Amino acid sequence: MMIEALIAVALIGALVTFVAPNRIAGKLAFAISLVPAALSLWLFGAFDGSGNALRGGELAFESQAAWLEIGDYSISWFVGLDGISLPLVVLTTILCTLAIVSSWTPIDERQSQFYGLILFIEAMLIGVFSALDFFLWFVFWEAVLIPMYLLIGIWGGPRRKYAAIKFFVYTNVASLVMFGSFVALVFGLGDVTSFALPEVATAMLEGGPDGLFGLSGTTLASVVFIGLFLGFAVKVPIVPFHTWLPDAHVEAPTPASILLAGVLLKMGTYALLRFNFTMFPDQVEAYAVPIAAIAVISVIYGAMLALAQTDLKRIVAYSSVSSMGYVILGLVAYTQFGVGGATFQMISHGLISGLMFMAVGVIYNATHTRMVTDMSGLADRMPIAVGVLIAGAFGYMGLPLMSGFAAEYFIFFGSFGSELLSYSALFTSLAMFGIVIVAGYLLFALQRTVFGPYRLETDYEVGRAPVHDVASLLVLLGLVVLLGVAPDLIFDMITDAIDPIVQGGDL
Amino acid sequence: MAVIDLPQWLALAPALILAATALVLFLFDSINPHSTNRTVLSGTTVIGALASLAVAVWYAAAGVGATGIENYGVIDIMDGQFVVDQLALFFMIVVAIVTALVAVASHDYLQDHTYQAEYYSLLVLAATGMSMMAVSNSLVTVFIALELTSLPSYALVAILKDNRGSVEAGLKYFLIGALSSAIFVYGVSLVYGATGSLQLEAIAANLDAAGEMGGLLGLGILMLIGGVAFKTASVPFHFWAPEAYEGAPAPISAFLSSASKAAGFVLAFRVFTTAFPLEATTAVIGVDWTWAFVILAIVTMTLGNFAAATQENVKRMLAYSSIGHAGYVLIGLAALSTSSGDLVMGAAMIHLLVYGFMNTGAFLFVGLAEYWGVGRTFEDYNGLATQAPVACAAMAVFMFSLAGIPPFGGFGSKYLLFSHTIEAATENTALLAAAAALVINSTLSLYYYSRLVKALWIEEPLLERDTLAKPTGLYAAIVAAAVVTAVILAAFGPIADVATEAAATVVG
Repeated sequence: MMIEALIAVALIGALVTFVAPNRIAGKLAFAISLVPAALSLWLFGAFDGSGNALRGGELAFESQAAWLEIGDYSISWFVGLDGISLPLVVLTTILCTLAIVSSWTPIDERQSQFYGLILFIEAMLIGVFSALDFFLWFVFWEAVLIPMYLLIGIWGGPRRKYAAIKFFVYTNVASLVMFGSFVALVFGLGDVTSFALPEVATAMLEGGPDGLFGLSGTTLASVVFIGLFLGFAVKVPIVPFHTWLPDAHVEAPTPASILLAGVLLKMGTYALLRFNFTMFPDQVEAYAVPIAAIAVISVIYGAMLALAQTDLKRIVAYSSVSSMGYVILGLVAYTQFGVGGATFQMISHGLISGLMFMAVGVIYNATHTRMVTDMSGLADRMPIAVGVLIAGAFGYMGLPLMSGFAAEYFIFFGSFGSELLSYSALFTSLAMFGIVIVAGYLLFALQRTVFGPYRLETDYEVGRAPVHDVASLLVLLGLVVLLGVAPDLIFDMITDAIDPIVQGGDL
Repeated sequence: MAVIDLPQWLALAPALILAATALVLFLFDSINPHSTNRTVLSGTTVIGALASLAVAVWYAAAGVGATGIENYGVIDIMDGQFVVDQLALFFMIVVAIVTALVAVASHDYLQDHTYQAEYYSLLVLAATGMSMMAVSNSLVTVFIALELTSLPSYALVAILKDNRGSVEAGLKYFLIGALSSAIFVYGVSLVYGATGSLQLEAIAANLDAAGEMGGLLGLGILMLIGGVAFKTASVPFHFWAPEAYEGAPAPISAFLSSASKAAGFVLAFRVFTTAFPLEATTAVIGVDWTWAFVILAIVTMTLGNFAAATQENVKRMLAYSSIGHAGYVLIGLAALSTSSGDLVMGAAMIHLLVYGFMNTGAFLFVGLAEYWGVGRTFEDYNGLATQAPVACAAMAVFMFSLAGIPPFGGFGSKYLLFSHTIEAATENTALLAAAAALVINSTLSLYYYSRLVKALWIEEPLLERDTLAKPTGLYAAIVAAAVVTAVILAAFGPIADVATEAAATVVG
């Protein structure tokens, strides 16, 4: 019942915060969000699962209750955690708490609604990562859209209405494609009696679908694989479906950006791993080369786009596209280190991009600008915040002893030696080149904004960042370094959950 | 089995309670004709509706009308003129819920209104008619129930006597209603001519006798479909709906678009399954009548949606969206040619139940806006969320639910409808088109529903507004509807069982 407790606390907290007075909403939401954060850390400590949730693994904190019958199929409330989902749940609760703290300064109107929505999104995100029944999972997956749409639309920048609706339409259409594909798959699988993901995964590995509406079994599997891939590709996002991301990020208020980059993008890669790369090993093998090509293009093209930006937030946004490319490359390598590294990168990127967006937000709160060209010598005025920003940037570039290094190292190590992916050495070395561009644009941007003489002309004082902002930046930085120094903290449980996938059907 | 044998007519209690409530209100009105004691009037109505709801729920739970050894079996009253089964009880529940919500909301909406008692008694009379529509099992009783619903409804639409829009809407509604009643009753006479019976089972038994008069029977069925289309606001008799809903007082729009639509559908479900079993009817008239519903469903949902997308007036948008939803529910009749017909019909019934909450709530929010006097267009609604966040959050729930976004009830019912239709489509490929239309229309509908959410939550108000009042009744009804819309998905298991069971009793 622990997962239910997590979700319930966040949900009830959301309702309470929504009707609380604006004055206390921020502090109240922070206090409430500490409960799921502490609970999830306790879950992390008490984790006793093993194996992969979809491959007959031992689930931690599992609970299942019949929900409804749809014809011959039963749907249940089915939640549980394995080594892949647990770190993501912890990431969610921690980032939500920090996002709430980072909202204290910039959010100055309709606070109770804002914090209510953040807590609501937290509840839904925990649900996404813990649900193991497709129907339940989809409910959470879609429900995330509504609060994010409102967060961008109400508290966003000047073009917020456009960005909000673009985000909503893109991801909603993608969800429908994905949803239709998966339902078709379940109907095509003759002997499945429920929407529970483990059951569908087992049926897929033991023969696959019988066919539906005149499509043969293998064709149906391929069509569904592509449908799901497209659906998740928008969420990740993978080039060429990434265009909603920069708009959403630039217009979103900083706390929403933190959650968007830190957790919402991981929904896409998590789903890819859970569905495409767990249920369809044959299709992964068949489409490995095109997927790897898309991944490498995302890495290089995303980085090039970042290089061309002058808005700090846009730079970080496009760099997310690039980082997600690494995740896809790791997944398609289909080795222990490849898929494990990809999962590790999800966590690592969640922390680092959260850190970067938060730092950019702190700078914006003080300077009221995000344009690289307007700023110079900020290190002089806000030494600690800028210091953390620089540290985060180095984490992004993959400086050893930071989590970014471990993640990228695992991915490259895994993809270089991949047997499933042809030309794996070529793809890996091309993707590695992406790191050079990342270092290029980050250093270039930092050099112009934080170093050099201070020359921002403002009629207000640009001073040090508030203590609570610096504290949350330091927490994130601490986690980044912690995972960089001791990746085994989570990498062990990740590989434990990955192994059944990459070693094929036999455990 | 029952400890005491109750008389069979007591099975009609949910409808009888409503009728008694109407009489009490009349009595009150005749003793104190100019009473404006809103609390007593609205309170009486609410108590009556809730009592009806409680009895209907109790019957449904106790197994009245359900088949099986433990249960009471389907109850025939007056030689099968009325029948109480799970289908009837399900819709009696829907009608009672909507009536209660509307009555609670009317308490504030009717502030300073002259005809208080008349309003409530007409409302309850119409509800009685709807409840009777659920149990009518003969074309005569069906027609009487239909008229018992329609006549008070005309008056209710036009009850804002000094409001030009209201009167105009009432007249339009009346004219089209009279026309469709005439068509319906003509259809009844043709069916009677062909089969020599009016009682539904008897019609089914005498279908063979129609023999050469198959064409006549077919025409009769077509006319009955016309009558149903009017009551459910489906193509081709849908065009009264935007006018009537827009002109009527908002609680009445809510009442008509939710309860009246549901009553129209239960009538259609019962008449077409009981009186015109598909195979026998096809043998006589030569056409499979489910085709009419396949076409009507697709046309109705598409037309409703596209028209809704172009509206500037919120109430009209909701009116067209209500037409679109009638299209979704029509799939319940379209799929009867397949072996999963009962499942699809069950899903359609669940959609009507959820719709009873989300659509009623949405119209009541419009009622709240009218109460505030903020205007009628999307722009007039701009920025209301800053002043009334709770009501606007409820409205956002209704809108997302109508659009079929999880985790709200509308998602669940549309999903059930979709997945059962896909299942049925393996036998009748035309249903694949209906399922596709459902998904596409549902996606497109997000455009205009989210537009309202955007207006409420994201846009800045055009004009400065005074502080908005928080009328207890309207707020209570809206919040109650929103809470149910938000959590009903959790209770879908038992609801789906009841609905499918109920559909199975008539589909057979």
